[in-house]
Amino acid sequence: MTASILTVDDSASLRMAIRIALSGAGYAVTEASDGVEGLAKATAQRFDLIVTDLNMPNMDGLEMIRALRQQPAQAGIPIIFLTTESDDAMKAQAKAAGATGWLVKPFQAEQLIRVAQKVLAR
Amino acid sequence: MSEDPTAAFRIEAGELLEQVEQGLLDLRDNLGDMGLVNAMFRGLHTLKGSGAMFGFDALAGFTHHCETAFDRVRKGDVRATPDLVDVILSAGDHMRALVEGDAPEAAGQAILARLAAAVDAAAGGGSAPAPAPAAPTKKGWKLSFRLPVDAMANGTNPLALLDELRALGDATIVARTDAVPPLADLVPNHCVIGWDCTLVGDISHDAIEDVFLFVMDDMEITIEPLAVEDDASGAGADDAAEPAAPTPAASAAPAAPAAVTVNDQQDRRAATRSQGEHVRVPAERLDELMDRVGELVIAQSRLSQLAHHGNDLSLRSVSEEIERLAGEMRDTMMVLRMVPVSTLFGRFRRLILDLANETGKAIELVTEGETTEVDKTVIERLFDPLVHIIRNSCDHGLEKAEDRLAAGKPASGLIRLSAHQAGGEVLITITDDGRGIDRERVRAKAEANGLIQPGQVVSEDELLGLIFHPGFSTAAQVTNLSGRGVGMDVVKRTIESLRGSIDVKSVAGQGSTITLRIPLTLAIIEGLLVRVGEGRYVIPLAAVEECLELSLEEDLRSRGRSIITLRERLIPFLRLRDLFVTGTKPDTYQKIVVVGTGSERVGLVVDQIIGNHQTVIKAMSPLHRNVAAFAGATILGDGSVALILDIAQLVALGQPREERRIAAA
Repeated sequence: MTASILTVDDSASLRMAIRIALSGAGYAVTEASDGVEGLAKATAQRFDLIVTDLNMPNMDGLEMIRALRQQPAQAGIPIIFLTTESDDAMKAQAKAAGATGWLVKPFQAEQLIRVAQKVLAR
Repeated sequence: MSEDPTAAFRIEAGELLEQVEQGLLDLRDNLGDMGLVNAMFRGLHTLKGSGAMFGFDALAGFTHHCETAFDRVRKGDVRATPDLVDVILSAGDHMRALVEGDAPEAAGQAILARLAAAVDAAAGGGSAPAPAPAAPTKKGWKLSFRLPVDAMANGTNPLALLDELRALGDATIVARTDAVPPLADLVPNHCVIGWDCTLVGDISHDAIEDVFLFVMDDMEITIEPLAVEDDASGAGADDAAEPAAPTPAASAAPAAPAAVTVNDQQDRRAATRSQGEHVRVPAERLDELMDRVGELVIAQSRLSQLAHHGNDLSLRSVSEEIERLAGEMRDTMMVLRMVPVSTLFGRFRRLILDLANETGKAIELVTEGETTEVDKTVIERLFDPLVHIIRNSCDHGLEKAEDRLAAGKPASGLIRLSAHQAGGEVLITITDDGRGIDRERVRAKAEANGLIQPGQVVSEDELLGLIFHPGFSTAAQVTNLSGRGVGMDVVKRTIESLRGSIDVKSVAGQGSTITLRIPLTLAIIEGLLVRVGEGRYVIPLAAVEECLELSLEEDLRSRGRSIITLRERLIPFLRLRDLFVTGTKPDTYQKIVVVGTGSERVGLVVDQIIGNHQTVIKAMSPLHRNVAAFAGATILGDGSVALILDIAQLVALGQPREERRIAAA
């Protein structure tokens, strides 16, 4: 059974890069362009992993993660957020919000795949 | 569509920079708006992050400095000043160049220097140190760890972590159950087990930390080297144990208010984006689709011609159904290509700011009717002419503040851009409240250039119309802004190539208004199909003012003068039969179609008016592109070709010749 991954990012180019990398590694990838859409999609369908940006319009990644973790059904689903190295405070906030892990931008496709493998239970 | 994230990034970066620029301009008017500051920070942050992702390292590095500046503004440690905003605006231009890949390094350095100065001026200063740890390798390790209680709920799978440890080397793992509560108090997804682990092998400290990468900061963990005789035993453990103090939800609270203001800022964008899903389509695809719809409309008109000639009623009803559908499809297609003029007007705010800085005049820009929609191609081609007109207004039209005050006007000059739709056209007016066009200087210049005779009587409209003559410029000295060798004649030509018209009005001391009338679309027009000799031609219906009959007797009477009197106005006319050298005899009852662009009008004498025609415009072949009298061609229902008359050219052709004769008479 292919693991399904939701990628939430307002940047279409980044979503595209993530989708190409992860679907190349055999995952089924769904895209959402902001927190509102991400929350809606994650609520409608159970994903095995959510990869989200933090800085987004309408609903940012933090809010989305908090909202997701409020739903009992979302407990235990790994959520990886994308951040930049300067964002230590952001990292702490995202973890407090319930994120599982992070990936520092810029990243290579292999790093993303490795992190995905890391958090997806074997 | 090929998938190229880099190309997608280029487009996205362009849009981001556009948003940042608009935001900066808003911010300049309202320096205290933290919502805007946050939005700017976010835009730059995304640009930096994505830029680095796609190998735009110079862009990422450069943007980082601007982002940092905004971060400091966001944190209240630097004030937003007009200076700072201006520097970031020019930094935005440099970023655009970096995205395109043609940015001179030195320019970037200069901007960064200005940025540093602006930030220093707006703050007291401040810096942040950056520590960096390192680790040695050992024979093996002894670990003892306990995950945060909410680790499992937050998506960490402890079993996966243990598997990762096992993958590193020979691992012996023992679970500690001392903290497991009685069954009644057990919460299923709380992680209450601790683990002790001995790992044997040549494993780096980093590799172990890597296993716990995401939970390291919040968990209890000790990592000690196995070899007890090693004297540096505590080093690694200290490193790891120190950040073990967890930072729970407390830090989440301050984030909330900031997020709220950011959301406020988003309302506008969200509102314009409206509800529902959006699909991004390359413009060429729309053009392609438009072409197909055009072909469909042509095929449909052939079908309806066939259907109406035959007696087959069922064929006729199908044909009518298709006619209706094709019409609807065309209308839908048109709407798809429409974009609001706000995308165009928005770009002028920056121009006005730059012009104000360059001229030292205070200039205010007011825009109206931004929701008016126009075909995308038209919008793109309107940009340059509008830039030129606005530059002219700011440079020649608006007076210096002291002159304005002396004339009893407010110190800051006003440029008003407005758009509204009227029938199949969009009217765009550019108004300034400056000194107005100096008629004496226009006249002097025109006389000097031989455009008119000294002392020649010219009407008000004609005099103003002279500014559209090639090479005409009234600026006493060529300034950086206007005298670029591009005159209003180029503006006029561009507008006319869009099948639009341009008109100027000016009141001395009160300002000038330039009105552009632009057709909503370039692809399909309502036309008036006429016959001249044997050939059929299409006159764009939007230009047609009225149709008259030219009786033989009137024709004979006007012979040699080619002027008719229409409601006490003299209107010159062109005999298309002569112009096109058809070599046929005129019909007994010829028709005059009066067409106009702006304030000028001419009559076109044709043999027969056939009727309205939905005209799908086909461009002329490169060979025929220079034929002045025609704007394009179209295919009629019976498969034959009809040429589309270029009204602007014909008016220009008919006007000077005839009117000069009137003036001389």
